[in-house]
Amino acid sequence: MKPLLAVENLRITFPTRQGPSEVVRGVSFTLGRERLGIVGESGSGKSQTGRALLGLTPPPGVATADRLEFDGIDLRHATPQIWRGLRGLRISMVMQDPKYSLNPVMTIGRQIVEAYRTQKGGARNEARDRAMAMLEAVQIRDPSRVFNAYPHELSGGMGQRAMIAMMLITEPDLLIADEPTSALDVTVQLEVLAILDRLVTDRGMGLIFISHDLRLVSSFCDRVLVMYAGRIVEEVRASDLAQARHPYTQGLFTCLPRIEGGTRPLKTLQRDAAWAT
Amino acid sequence: MPEIDISGLAVTFGKGPDTVHAVQGVSFQVAKGESYGIVGESGSGKSTVLRAICGLAPVVGGSIRIDGKVLSSPRTPAFYRRAQMVFQDPYASLHPRHTVDRVLAEPLVIHRFGDQERRIEQALDEVGLGKGFRFRYPHQLSGGQRQRVAIARALILEPRILLLDEPTSALDASIQAEVLNLLDRLRTERGLTYILVSHDLAVVSHMCERLMVMQHGLAVEELTRAGLQARQASQPYTQALLTASQGYVGPQQQDR
Repeated sequence: MKPLLAVENLRITFPTRQGPSEVVRGVSFTLGRERLGIVGESGSGKSQTGRALLGLTPPPGVATADRLEFDGIDLRHATPQIWRGLRGLRISMVMQDPKYSLNPVMTIGRQIVEAYRTQKGGARNEARDRAMAMLEAVQIRDPSRVFNAYPHELSGGMGQRAMIAMMLITEPDLLIADEPTSALDVTVQLEVLAILDRLVTDRGMGLIFISHDLRLVSSFCDRVLVMYAGRIVEEVRASDLAQARHPYTQGLFTCLPRIEGGTRPLKTLQRDAAWAT
Repeated sequence: MPEIDISGLAVTFGKGPDTVHAVQGVSFQVAKGESYGIVGESGSGKSTVLRAICGLAPVVGGSIRIDGKVLSSPRTPAFYRRAQMVFQDPYASLHPRHTVDRVLAEPLVIHRFGDQERRIEQALDEVGLGKGFRFRYPHQLSGGQRQRVAIARALILEPRILLLDEPTSALDASIQAEVLNLLDRLRTERGLTYILVSHDLAVVSHMCERLMVMQHGLAVEELTRAGLQARQASQPYTQALLTASQGYVGPQQQDR
């Protein structure tokens, strides 16, 4: 089957006073209609990889690749028109913190309706009905209250669900979720994941799940890419993550404290300069 | 006699119809040299308990005793020599335009400690930073190094009690392990008493002998480490937290 997304040798460079600094260095992967996790520590380039897929590398950063293809469309030389047809419509992105990614002076309902109508057009009534249905689909118990609420009137979990509703109302083929649950409490976290899980299974959507939480990713995704210093050091099936071969992946796994108790002191990660080369 | 004795602690914010009862009648005791954990989700009031001990929250009821004596309000300098706090976010809790040296010297000046040179160098050594970091600014440090500076600042007054408010939640997993090991070692070496607040059951299980679970400003239940490890939680909320900490279980996996 043809992959939904193919990335070959993706590189992202930022100019600095000390010369260009490469934060993503030759990342390649393909994605089908599955849940792909990207794990790494802060500064490993995982978020920049996600942004580059939407052409959102913040200037003055520059992203280059040998191949960057979404459903047969070459994204490297995409014109703004092509991007407009993709962003939000076929590829969506959920950001980390609903507090900073929702418009604070617009009601949730208006933002969702706007997202739908800019992409799909159609009557306001129809958009409204769809927005309500979508809010229900992300397990919001009282959709009409949330529809008329401003972002500050919602809790973090509610806000993140509203974000997901907004991103999914256009029924995209690919969803990039950048730490979608890191700002949420553990119990809410699982509810949000269940929503994403259902959408992937029911709609056959591709999902890229970017996170620093190895344990969460291994329990949620099908396949995991482990990034270190801008490179993919290992690709493993999520179920085999505990048997990962690369010392970095193993180190990330063993340095977590466990409820059942474990080694004391905790194992710390001994970084090897060779991993970065 | 317990070193820290808190009974019926109540904290409210605001007044009239907007009153928020952040902590409602929470009681617990911590023995000398013990490490006590408080677990809960955001808004459960766990951080407010710590802030109340430090005199940073409006206490409306109950009592806080240290060595049997009720704390005076405002707190005396002697209290702060005895108990110090480490805050959650090392990016926000260090003054961006003060060097590490100045950050560490300030408590010494306030409390009129002599021998500043030696104390600052020793504090940096103890948290594993060394003299080379003394004249750096926070932006020249990584998150883990900043949290080490925050711990050094708390330790420089040689307190007996450390109040730790999510000391590792802003850090990467590998850095978290280093900071937890540091805290563990300091406690063994100095016989410190810890109260550690965290949303992560695994961190609390690793660090604390006993813990309290909080929800909506109330204490849900108190557990020992052994009880937590055996998952002997009696309250549904604690059980839900325990399940959630195991990661995601999809609908297909549940059927199996």
